[in-house]
Amino acid sequence: MSDVVLVRSLLLAIPLAFLATRAMPRRLPPAARLVLGVGAGWLAALALVLLVPVGIMAYLVSFAIVGSIYAVIALGLNVQWGYTGLFNIGIAAFFAVGAFTSALFTTTPPTGAAAAFTQQAFGLGAPFLVGVLAAGVAAGVLAAVVGGPTLRLRDDYLAIATIGIAELVRLIFQNERWLANGPQPFRGIPQPLSCLVRDAGCPYLPAPLMELFAPLAPRDYTYVYLAITALFVIVTFLVLERAIRSPWGRLLRAVREEEDAAAMNGKDVARAKLQAFVVGAVIMGIGGALYAHYMVAIDYSHFDPLYATFIIWVMLMLGGSGNNRGAIIGAFVIWGVWTGAAFAVDALRPVLAAISPELPARGPYLRLMLIALLLIFILLFRPKGLIGEERFVSRHTGEREA
Amino acid sequence: MSQVVSTRMRLEERVKRVLGSRGALIALLALLIVAMWLLAAAQGIPGQRLLSLLVRGVMLGGILALGAIGLSLIFGVLRIPNFAHGDMMTAGAYLALLALSFLPLGAPLGPFSFGYELLVALVVAMPLVGLLGYTVDRLVFRRLRAQRSPPVIMAMAALGSAFLVRSLIYLFWGADFVFYYTGRARPAIELFAGIRVRPDQLFILGLALAMIVLVYLLLERTKMGKAMRATADNPELARVTGIDTESVIRWTWLIGGGLAGAGGIMYGLDAQLRPEMGWWLLLPLFAAVILGTIGNAYGALVGALVIGIVWQVSTAFLNPAYGPGVAFVILILVLLFRPQGIFGRPGGS
Repeated sequence: MSDVVLVRSLLLAIPLAFLATRAMPRRLPPAARLVLGVGAGWLAALALVLLVPVGIMAYLVSFAIVGSIYAVIALGLNVQWGYTGLFNIGIAAFFAVGAFTSALFTTTPPTGAAAAFTQQAFGLGAPFLVGVLAAGVAAGVLAAVVGGPTLRLRDDYLAIATIGIAELVRLIFQNERWLANGPQPFRGIPQPLSCLVRDAGCPYLPAPLMELFAPLAPRDYTYVYLAITALFVIVTFLVLERAIRSPWGRLLRAVREEEDAAAMNGKDVARAKLQAFVVGAVIMGIGGALYAHYMVAIDYSHFDPLYATFIIWVMLMLGGSGNNRGAIIGAFVIWGVWTGAAFAVDALRPVLAAISPELPARGPYLRLMLIALLLIFILLFRPKGLIGEERFVSRHTGEREA
Repeated sequence: MSQVVSTRMRLEERVKRVLGSRGALIALLALLIVAMWLLAAAQGIPGQRLLSLLVRGVMLGGILALGAIGLSLIFGVLRIPNFAHGDMMTAGAYLALLALSFLPLGAPLGPFSFGYELLVALVVAMPLVGLLGYTVDRLVFRRLRAQRSPPVIMAMAALGSAFLVRSLIYLFWGADFVFYYTGRARPAIELFAGIRVRPDQLFILGLALAMIVLVYLLLERTKMGKAMRATADNPELARVTGIDTESVIRWTWLIGGGLAGAGGIMYGLDAQLRPEMGWWLLLPLFAAVILGTIGNAYGALVGALVIGIVWQVSTAFLNPAYGPGVAFVILILVLLFRPQGIFGRPGGS
C-alpha cells in the first residue's frame, strides 16, 4: 500500500467515520460505537481509494465537496423554514454575501499590472477561518437588517422581501466594479491548507504532521478540501441537533406551529423569529465562504435564483423539512439527480437531435424542468419529504409517547 | 410617574398613527420623487430629459400595471402569492412570438414598428396565458386548497411552476434574447416641449389604459366582477352568501393571466424578449401590489405607476440596472410605515 493511498483514505475517513458512527446500533456503549464507527469508516475509505479508479474517485470527491456545501446551506434553511416556518426565497443573497466577504477578507489587493484588471474594495489577507467567520457575520447582519422590518408582518411579505434582497445583492456584485471586480470574476481566492499538497509545506504545522501529508500531490487537494467541508457539515449538524433539542429549539417549533399560543405563553415571538432567521443566514454565509474557497474564482452569475435558491429549497423539501438529517440527505440526493441528469441528457442527445436540431444544446434545461416538477410533486404528494420531522425532539417527552 | 409614562406612550402611539396614515405614505412617495428630481437637477441633468423619463415612467407603469392588477387579484381573491406571475408574462411574450411565426409579415402600421399581425398575436396569446394559469390551478393549487395548505405552501408551488414555465421557454426558444421584429428601426419622435418617445411606447400606454378601463368595467359592472371583489374583501362571507367559488377562481386566472400576457408582450415590444424578463419584473410587480393594497385592482394601477415613474426617473442619476432595486426600496418603505398599502384599512394587512 503506497503512502498516498493511506493519506487519501485518512482524509476520506473523516466523513465516512462520522456516518458509520451514527449508523452503529444504539444498544452499544458510546465508546464502542465510536471505535467501531471510526474503524469501519476508515476501512470503507481505504476500500474506496484502493478499488475505485483514480479518475472516478476524483469525480466522486468533487461531487461530495459541492454536495457538502449545499448540505451546509440546506441546514441553514432548515433552521429558518424547517424549525421556524420562515419562507426565505432569497438564499442567494446570504450565500453571495458570505462568498464575497470571505473572498475579500482572505485575498490581498492586487498590485502592479494586475491592479489594472482586478479591483476590490479591500483585501486583508486573513486566514481561511477568519474569512469564514466574517462571512457568517456579514450574512447574519444582512439578515437582521432585512428581518427587522419584515418578520413581524405576514409570512408572504418576508418571501417577497427576500426575493428583493437577493436581486439587489446580485445587482450590486454585478455592477460595482470597485467592490469585488464587478461583472468580471473575482479570482485568486486562496485554498485553505493547500500548502499541505505543495513541496514547500505549511510553516505553521508541526514537522511530524507535515511528514504525514508529504506524499500528497497538488491534484490530491480535493481530498483535503473534502475533509474541511465534511468537518463543517458535521459541526453544523451536531450544533443544530443540540439546538433543536434545547428550549430554544422547542420555542422555534412552537412559533411555527401556533404563533399566537406561543405569544400567549409569554414568549417573544418576534425575537425568536429574528434569531432563527439570523442563525440560518449565518450558516448560509458560511456555506458561501466554503463555496468561494472551493471555486477559487467567483462572480455574480454563480448566485442566480436557480442554483443558489431554488435548488436548495428542493433539497430541503425532498429530504424533509424540520429534520437535519433530511436536509443533508436531500442536498446529496438532489445534487446527485442534478449531475446525474446531465449524463442522462447527454445520452439522450441523438433522440433530442431527431426532434429538433436546436434541442441538444438546450438539453440542460430539461434538468430545470425535472427539478421544478419534482418540487411540485413533493408538495402535492409527500409534503413531509423523504424522512419527515421527528415528532419528539425532547428526551423528556419522547420516550413515554413514542 | 405613571402619568408621565402613559402620556409618552400616547405620544408614541400618535406619532406611529400619523406615520402609518395614508397621507403620510403618499407624502413620503411624493417626497421621494421630488428628492430624486432635485438630485438629478443638481447634477445638471436637463429638465427635458427628466420630463421624457417621467413620460417613459408612466408608460412602464402601464406595463407593470397589466401584471400587477392580475397579481393583486390572484393574491386577494385566491390567496395565492403568485410567484409565477412574472413567468406568465414571459410566457405571453413568447406565445405571441410563436403566433407571429404563423402569420404573414405585414407592413408597419403608420409610425409604429409593428404590423397588424402583432395585434392578432396579442389577441391569440392573451387567453392562452389565462388558460395556462387556470391549468396550473386545476393541477396544483386546487389540490393544495383541498389539503388546506397554508399560503406559504401555495407560494412555494407557485415558485415551482415559475421555474417549470421558464424551463419550457428555455427548451423551445433558447436562452438568447430575441426581438419581435429584427432589424427594424424604432426612431423616437418629439412629442412636445422636447420630450422624445417612440411611437410604440405611446401605443403601449394606450393599450394598457384601454385594458385597465376594460378591467374596471368588468369589476364594476358585471356580476362576476362583483363576486370577485366580494371574495377579495371577505372570502368566508362571500362563500356563505352563495358566490360560485369555482367560477370566481376560473375568471380570476383568465383575467389575471390574460393581462399578464398582454403586459409581457408590451414589455417585449418595448425592449426585447428574454426568458428571465418576467422574473426581473416580479419584484416591481409585488412592490406595486403591496403599495396599492393586496386585492385592490385600482391600487395596483396606482402602485405600478408610482414604481414605473420612480424607476425611470432614478435612471437619470443611477445605473439603470438598479431599477428593480429602486422598487425594492419603495417596498421596504411601505412595509415599514404602512404594510396594508395606500388603500388598506388601518390595522388590516
